Amino acid sequence: MINKILESAEAALADLPDGATVMIGGFGNAGMPAALIEALIARGSRELTIVNNNAGNGDTGLAALMKAKRVRKILCSFPRQADSWHFDALYRAGEIELELVPQGTLAERIRAAGAGIGAFFTPTAFGTDLAKGKETRRIGDRDYVLEYPIHADYALIKADRADRWGNLVYRKTARNFAPIMAAAARCTVAQVRETVELGALDPETVVTPGIFVKRIVRTGATLRKAA
Amino acid sequence: MKKLDRNQMAARVARDIPEGSYVNLGIGLPTLVADHLPRGREVILHSENGVLGVGPRPAAGQEDEDLINAGKEPVTLLAGGAYFHHADSFAMIRGRHLDFAILGAFQVSASGDLANWHTGGADAIPAVGGAMDLAVGAKKVLVMMEHLTKKGESKIVERCTYPITGARCVNRIYTDLAVLDVKPDGLHVVDRVEGLSFEELQRLTGVPLKKLATAA
Repeated sequence: MINKILESAEAALADLPDGATVMIGGFGNAGMPAALIEALIARGSRELTIVNNNAGNGDTGLAALMKAKRVRKILCSFPRQADSWHFDALYRAGEIELELVPQGTLAERIRAAGAGIGAFFTPTAFGTDLAKGKETRRIGDRDYVLEYPIHADYALIKADRADRWGNLVYRKTARNFAPIMAAAARCTVAQVRETVELGALDPETVVTPGIFVKRIVRTGATLRKAA
Repeated sequence: MKKLDRNQMAARVARDIPEGSYVNLGIGLPTLVADHLPRGREVILHSENGVLGVGPRPAAGQEDEDLINAGKEPVTLLAGGAYFHHADSFAMIRGRHLDFAILGAFQVSASGDLANWHTGGADAIPAVGGAMDLAVGAKKVLVMMEHLTKKGESKIVERCTYPITGARCVNRIYTDLAVLDVKPDGLHVVDRVEGLSFEELQRLTGVPLKKLATAA
């Protein structure tokens, strides 16, 4: 019997090594897999390469991982925010490497990895500092920049509900990067609010089919009180 | 001369957004445009983080941490709205499905280069978000910004001195003084605020302007 549901976040990350590339879902706090990040911090893995849209907000989640100095490099589109002080301090001290990627290019590079695409041409960033040193090509009447996929060892994502085969449904804008990260990583771990019996998820509404998901951890509702 | 305030600028932009448009509003000033779309005009707002049909801010106490816009502010979803993942969201942008992207800017050049992502300062931490995708992807890119910097320098320039977000991508500029169309032969004045002559506007603007035939 297939059962991807594990008893704890710690168990789900027990084989995550130092130096791993880890995608972390979420856009700001929406979809941020807080329980998995806490387990990652507790595990003590170091020298991580992190892929996320941001570089942490406030003092919890990804920001706490930053603060604990576990991140060697981050790929993201929007590190600088009013409450990104932990990243800001590391960056200014030269203690973290930043690869800044336009948000759509970040998403497509992740998607490409999961879809087995070797590289792709995008018009985004052509002629800007973020395309410096990159291969370009004129196709038709537009100029494009060559971009490569981003593969990961692990993807840590948050979904709303799952079954034991790993099928996932999400909630509102918490979906964001999770479906494409799930496909781009060798080992995808999803924290979910609720697990349900096989067959209870309407197959027409499954967003991430279980083939992309290795491990499920049920955390219950993790929504914080409305601000 | 009566400079437009932020809400008047937003109202001026909103006038030009026809029913049925799919629109992405940038963070900051452009977000105000949503408040000035006339009731009953159906305009569908897109947010990069995976929403079409973004509705107004929820009432206090009704916020949902899982429902935010690209500025990470709580929003609501209109009836008919939809959620999707990030790659689909940027396929909508890059694939030229959005009618308008309305963006803020540090500078716009006479040929429509946009600079709005990075000051290039040595100590500044760069952040780009979806700006470069919106600049190349939307069918029309509208910029909203003050005409002059705090020091009184024109933000409309011959060449951007800040790092650019996209080359030749801006179609129209809305400032607190004027509305300008970016055309292959230069900038055409569509509108000026009350009491501002073409000559005075030209004096304040860093590049040569053309009178639109229909402009008063």
